[in-house]
Amino acid sequence: MTAVTSIERVGSPVMVAMSGGVDSSVAAALLRDAGHEVVGVTLRLWGGESDSGCCAVSDVDDARRVADALGIEHHVFNLGDDFERDVVGPYVADHAAGRTPNPCVECNRHLKFHRLRHRAAALGFDRIATGHHARIVERTDGTRRVARAVDPSKDQSYVLYMLDQAQLAGLLLPIGDLTKDVVRSHASVLGLRTAHKPDSQDVCFITREHGREDFLRRRIPLTPGRVVDGSGAEVGSVEAVELVTIGQRRGMALGGSGAPRYAVDVDVSTATVTVGSANELLVDETPVEKLVWTGDRTADSRLMAQTSAHGTAEPAEVVGGPDQWLVRWERPRRRVAPGQSVVFYEGDEVVGGAMAC
Amino acid sequence: MDRGGRSLDAVGVKPANEISRERVYLDHAASTPVRPEVVAAMLPWLADHPGNPSGSHVEAREARRAVDDARDHVAVLVGCLPGEVVFTSGGTEADNLAVDGVVRATGGLPVCSPAEHPAVLAPVVDAGGSVVPTDSAGRINLEVLGDLLSGPDGERVRLVSAMVANNETGVVTDVDAVADVVDRHAPQAVVHSDAVQAAAWLDLPTAVRRAGLVSITGHKFGGPKGAGALVVRAGVPLVPVLRGGGQERERRSGTQNVPAIVGLGEAARLMAIEREALGVRVGVMRDRLEGGLRAAIDGVHRTVPDGVFRTPGVAHLCFDGIESEELLFLLERDDIAASAAASCASGAQEPSPVLAAMGIDRMTAAGSLRLSLGHASTDDDVDHALVVIPAAVERLRGYARSLQSG
Repeated sequence: MTAVTSIERVGSPVMVAMSGGVDSSVAAALLRDAGHEVVGVTLRLWGGESDSGCCAVSDVDDARRVADALGIEHHVFNLGDDFERDVVGPYVADHAAGRTPNPCVECNRHLKFHRLRHRAAALGFDRIATGHHARIVERTDGTRRVARAVDPSKDQSYVLYMLDQAQLAGLLLPIGDLTKDVVRSHASVLGLRTAHKPDSQDVCFITREHGREDFLRRRIPLTPGRVVDGSGAEVGSVEAVELVTIGQRRGMALGGSGAPRYAVDVDVSTATVTVGSANELLVDETPVEKLVWTGDRTADSRLMAQTSAHGTAEPAEVVGGPDQWLVRWERPRRRVAPGQSVVFYEGDEVVGGAMAC
Repeated sequence: MDRGGRSLDAVGVKPANEISRERVYLDHAASTPVRPEVVAAMLPWLADHPGNPSGSHVEAREARRAVDDARDHVAVLVGCLPGEVVFTSGGTEADNLAVDGVVRATGGLPVCSPAEHPAVLAPVVDAGGSVVPTDSAGRINLEVLGDLLSGPDGERVRLVSAMVANNETGVVTDVDAVADVVDRHAPQAVVHSDAVQAAAWLDLPTAVRRAGLVSITGHKFGGPKGAGALVVRAGVPLVPVLRGGGQERERRSGTQNVPAIVGLGEAARLMAIEREALGVRVGVMRDRLEGGLRAAIDGVHRTVPDGVFRTPGVAHLCFDGIESEELLFLLERDDIAASAAASCASGAQEPSPVLAAMGIDRMTAAGSLRLSLGHASTDDDVDHALVVIPAAVERLRGYARSLQSG
């Protein structure tokens, strides 16, 4: 099994998605230095308020100036309408339905690896590259898989589980072989202005200042809810039932002492949150939908499953189909909030994923 | 056009590396190359003369004379008295000063259409003014304007802003007709006209004779960026926005940008002489470009309805099934500089408020292209565009077809 890096197949041009951060800056630099014809593009996705200013102009400026420093062409693509339709709208709808969405996964699925990929292809670029911390490996049968990054603390393979063979064939992840420290020192050596820029945090369209609740309140009515225990007795309250996540402990006015209690069920239609003990939070299986496999594979597979970006993969098997499946855990584990992605690994390699429901 | 910076060679300045490629510049509505005569006129004011026009010594008087010569040229171009010319940093400042200056002086309300440049629209909205819809060509709807001015809020209106030529489409508004409506229903209001996109093409002394306030900027007709003017005709109430030393007869404080104002003046002088011939020459090229594209490409529409008067510099087209950003990307790589709608601060293409105001749906507007010609345009530019643009459109449509069939 060979790791596929930026080095192979110099020739056809590569479009690099440059966010204005250090990772994609170095990705562009590595590709350029490997001899690729590189064009940088920055996606203008969110027109509203963000932590880096209106329209994230400062991030676009950073990307542009890095491209200038590298001597590569740079363009800005405004995909704001797509982002609203495919990422922000569903994010809000998920919350309204009491789910816990991961908008970064949807942005990858719809924007970076669908919309941008097709735009790149239309413009004559067979391949795109991003600054994700993950690797692409080629198997002996010629198929490819996403694999965990060399730097485990930065691994982003989880948010790339939706990539299919066609997408993987047209994708380069130049920095997956580097630790974050090496990425930063490489940027320093090249004199790139993004060398010491802090890592981006959280959801790009939600500001640290105003937060998720403020964002959602401007788009949907948030409903105060009752908190009940397993017997139906009212034991607390929440300001917004749409913001409660399975497994949550705080913010439910539970008061009192005793053993900690966790949200084990959220029912938006009756504005009710059910809490239970740590034990009641444990499940043997998690129902999932929208299952995708990276290569040929069927359900009834034993593998490792991971339920959050920086969680630990645990042994499980996937059974069922064709519309809904069950992830059957080898050992009981905490409930997975509906809307979260469950990503399947074989060793370090992603073999597929699905959405908890 | 000027291949590789010929104009700069003329004055012994080396061109920047970026413009050494063979480029076809079809974005004159965004900005024009500075004319060599203008560069030559400016250089002494960059290199030799230190004076501040507000001083009293020889150096100051020289600078003042240069600024006032420029003022004379601008007054001839627009058709006003030299004393009515207020130099600004450009079109945006002139537009802001017109709206804010009258609003602050009168306490009244401003009115404009959504097709105005943001430099007018934003201060009108910020001042709590009214935005009147346009007709299908993007001109302010005179009936709705009349209804507004004769309605209950009409007497509070003190400014009506109507651009001469639209920055995206080049469509020309009859400012006399706007002034008729204003005079009939709201004689207390002054007409402001943003003539930034018209100065290279129309006889302003005729076109804006009834506008009490007129904005222009030099870089749209061969002058440098950074100098424009607001014409404030006698009797128009105006409070300055920039306050300080009282320059420009207390209407715009701040030391005058002498080199840029000299450049603006020289460009205005040349424009007053050459405007008619330029319009004829460019109009022929524009028509050949537009006609050639419509003949070579299916599913391409002129955005502006037939028979609507527009400036000779702009060809504004919408291509079915095409996204502007993709088309511009391919044109850029084939050395054509053009644009679509307005650009935001990030450089991204934004949905056009002008096309939306004209009632053009978002899908169609998403495939728009603005090709704008000017004094530097040549027949070779048109020839190149007629080869590159049909090929680019075909390439994008071919990819879309391959997805459908695949």
